[in-house]
Amino acid sequence: MSDKVKVTIDGITVEVEPGTRILNAARQIGGDIVPPAMCYYSKLEGSGGKCRTCLVKVSKGSEKDPRPMPKLVASCRTGVMDGMEVQNITSPEVIEARKGVVEILLINHPLDCPICDQAGECHLQDLSFEHGVGNSRYEFVRRTFEKIDLGDKIQLHMTRCILCYRCVYVANQITDNRLHGILGRGDASEISTYIEKAIDNDFSGNVIDVCPVGALTDKTFRFKNRVWFTKPVDAHRDCPSCKGKVTLWYKGDEVLRVTGRKDQFGEVEDFICNTCRFETKNTSSWVIEGPRQISKTSVISANHYEYTPLPVIKENKKLIDANKVEFERASKI
Amino acid sequence: MLSVTEHKEIEFSSELVKQFDEIVTRYPQGKQKSALLPVLHLVQAEYGWVSPEAMDKVADYLQIKPIEVYEVATFYTMFFLRPQGKYVLEVCRTGPCCLVGAEKIMAHIEKTLGVKEGEITQDGMFSWRGVECLAACGMAPVLQIGPEYTFYENLTEESVDKLIETLRNKL
Amino acid sequence: MARKLLLENINVPGIHSFDVYRQNGGYRSVEKALKTMTPEAVVEEVKTSGLRGRGGAGFPTGMKWSFLAKPEGRERYLVCNADESEPGTFKDRYLMTHIPHLLIEGMIVASFALGAKTSYIYVRGEMMPQIRILERAIAEAKNAGFLGKNILGSGYDLELYVHPGGGAYICGEETALIESLEGKRGNPRIKPPFPAISGVWACPTVVNNVETIAAVVPIINDGGEGYAQVGIGRSTGTKLISASGNLNKPGVYEIELGLPVEEFIYSDEYCGGIANGKKLKAVVAGGSSVPILPANLILNTINGQPRLMSYESLADGGFQTGSMLGSGGFIAFDEDQCIVRNTWNFSRFYHHESCGQCSPCREGTGWMEKVLHRLEYGHGKMSDIDLLVDVSKKIEGNTICPLGDAAAWPVASAIRHFRDEFEWHVTHPKEALERNYGIANYANPLPKFEEVVGQN
Repeated sequence: MSDKVKVTIDGITVEVEPGTRILNAARQIGGDIVPPAMCYYSKLEGSGGKCRTCLVKVSKGSEKDPRPMPKLVASCRTGVMDGMEVQNITSPEVIEARKGVVEILLINHPLDCPICDQAGECHLQDLSFEHGVGNSRYEFVRRTFEKIDLGDKIQLHMTRCILCYRCVYVANQITDNRLHGILGRGDASEISTYIEKAIDNDFSGNVIDVCPVGALTDKTFRFKNRVWFTKPVDAHRDCPSCKGKVTLWYKGDEVLRVTGRKDQFGEVEDFICNTCRFETKNTSSWVIEGPRQISKTSVISANHYEYTPLPVIKENKKLIDANKVEFERASKI
Repeated sequence: MLSVTEHKEIEFSSELVKQFDEIVTRYPQGKQKSALLPVLHLVQAEYGWVSPEAMDKVADYLQIKPIEVYEVATFYTMFFLRPQGKYVLEVCRTGPCCLVGAEKIMAHIEKTLGVKEGEITQDGMFSWRGVECLAACGMAPVLQIGPEYTFYENLTEESVDKLIETLRNKL
Repeated sequence: MARKLLLENINVPGIHSFDVYRQNGGYRSVEKALKTMTPEAVVEEVKTSGLRGRGGAGFPTGMKWSFLAKPEGRERYLVCNADESEPGTFKDRYLMTHIPHLLIEGMIVASFALGAKTSYIYVRGEMMPQIRILERAIAEAKNAGFLGKNILGSGYDLELYVHPGGGAYICGEETALIESLEGKRGNPRIKPPFPAISGVWACPTVVNNVETIAAVVPIINDGGEGYAQVGIGRSTGTKLISASGNLNKPGVYEIELGLPVEEFIYSDEYCGGIANGKKLKAVVAGGSSVPILPANLILNTINGQPRLMSYESLADGGFQTGSMLGSGGFIAFDEDQCIVRNTWNFSRFYHHESCGQCSPCREGTGWMEKVLHRLEYGHGKMSDIDLLVDVSKKIEGNTICPLGDAAAWPVASAIRHFRDEFEWHVTHPKEALERNYGIANYANPLPKFEEVVGQN
């Protein structure tokens, strides 16, 4: 006896609260069947629907109305219905569409990962690794912009931006005065303040954490180190303006940067203030909790921590077959 | 991004503000942001373009953030973000107009005025640009001139010459 | 002469003024609806008429109206979509310029049916003269007691306002139009929720095209059944067709749906044939977004039936050999026109008009434009042709709003039907800069069904 609704994603059934988005239902199942999300951020109201990487196929609308949905839908913005059946990685159509989106997202991206601070924790990198191809068919000059500073701590490198709008939502919802926004139209759109203005707000630094790519980076960390050479450690302190729960990124015993604590989907648990982020970089100011668990897929976790076996998919035959190698490896460990 | 060295405050005339006030009444209470497009049109009609100062003032008037005005003004192609000639000839350059010679008309305008698309003639009288479909394909080729967006249809090189001549002699 | 329901009095001198319009039977439908009918009855009448949205999608209007949520204590809005910017379409401009009171009359009846107390006409900003015309007409109608408080003593109040756009094709998409009306960037919303539940200022909203609203007037005057008798099959009533391109008499024509395409192009009552004695090469039948068809396929369906101007007949054969009625923007190409150039031109349009919100459309439209530009200007590659088809497939169906599809279809269809011409541009780049490919076999009688399938 519950009000929960049943939804089946790639053959795995889960019960979720009514109104849950398909993407979040998939996250409750976890593993490979979770669609990638570049623009959706569960903590930012109104986000999602734009990047189109989370497209899925709804092969059965609901128990009441079993008709399939005519087009692929953005799983981050589509609510589940009782009895809904969704195909993600079991649908060749979805895989094909996702490949297309990834190719298209990359045509104007500079692919300057070797000099990008985001490399190693970049969602576009992960996405391209999983769904991209070796060569681009795009043979034209790529779009470029001048780098600009949004205040003295944040750098905007618009050339890398995929226009997910997350930073705009952060400014609207977390800070009290939004100074930057999306200007222009179509592929000439850009994030900007239009006229030079320093973004000066106690929570502005969160735009760095939500940025899925290296468009918004922390100037206090710029070119200091590659993230996979640093060690993430959870820590907290009494902070008058935020909860003070952060991840410290160490190199030796030096704190190179401070970020919010990101979960396996790359979303921060709590937004943190600029004082914690930019100005509290000595260990003595923090109470250390222990090493931060980083998602196994990330290069950051390479050789740092124990291997997490594949959490998924015990029931779906297709998926078991598809992931044979991984399963064997996991069972050996 | 514009780097503004000198940011002057401007004042809208009381007449202009009166027109704004009327426009705001068309929308429900608290939804005055809806008046943004019509207000920007009035601003452009008054000043010939929408300057950052004017946009700030509009934001002030409508009680919204300046960035909300910038976002909108840069989205819609009708708003000039830089000063223009007194008359801006906007020629339709989309398919149906091109079938009946819009490209020739644009080349002719470029030659006659002696300036490239987007540039202003030395006397400050004219600038021109190609715009997308003006929904007058049956009268193609067409051009329009703001701020009242007067329409000139079935253009020929001769009729364009005549039009430019008339505008030039207008006081 | 065929029956005219909207433009019957278009040639009466002074019909743009209230007095002349009224003397010629104007505002009868307002009297009939407000005095003798309930709002529900008006909706029923529109349902009976079979009227389908005239803006392009062809969704049944009565059904759209019946979806409107009616929560207690919430305002509901009717917004007229006069953001006419589809290349090839200029019927709404014509209607608003010459017979503005028809639109206002329709707005009053439709608002009454939907229970809207405030309605807006969203006119594209470039149509400033039409905005002035409408504003004057609204003032006249208000003066005569057809707008404002307690209209005709019925107790029904309605205020009608004109809202100018700012120059963005995308605002013709209903949710982008709503955003724009709220004073924001014209980024389409992600549906659901649909406007019928949460539209302008989060209130239930119906958005209808100018011609759709105008068609409500004859429907109420003559009854839904009377309207449904005009036309053919599920394509009921009349449709304004904007004819442009290489025609002897381009312009706006009101046709009874079901008119043969051949008659529309060649008869003197309508377009009067191809200009300058040339031959017809191709037609875009419903505004730039719909698939382009070569002359032989626009005149006849693949089964050898004469093609008719109706939703069904134009779509006959699917995208393989058919097209769509769309918004009725009928663009004719003569034998001297270059399909590659035109496809590039349309593609530039969609690139320019993409709002930039979702990635496939933002990046894909620009990519297609660049490849087409290269093909047109003599340095294309044979592989570009398949690349274009592939990119168009990656955009189609994967975007937030239909602009992605609209950008993909013209490219895909041009390559489907005119592949020879694209290939010729690659193999003869120098020649292609100097002359056009010509009519080739595009006007030849249709080969047998199997062969056409083979060509695709």
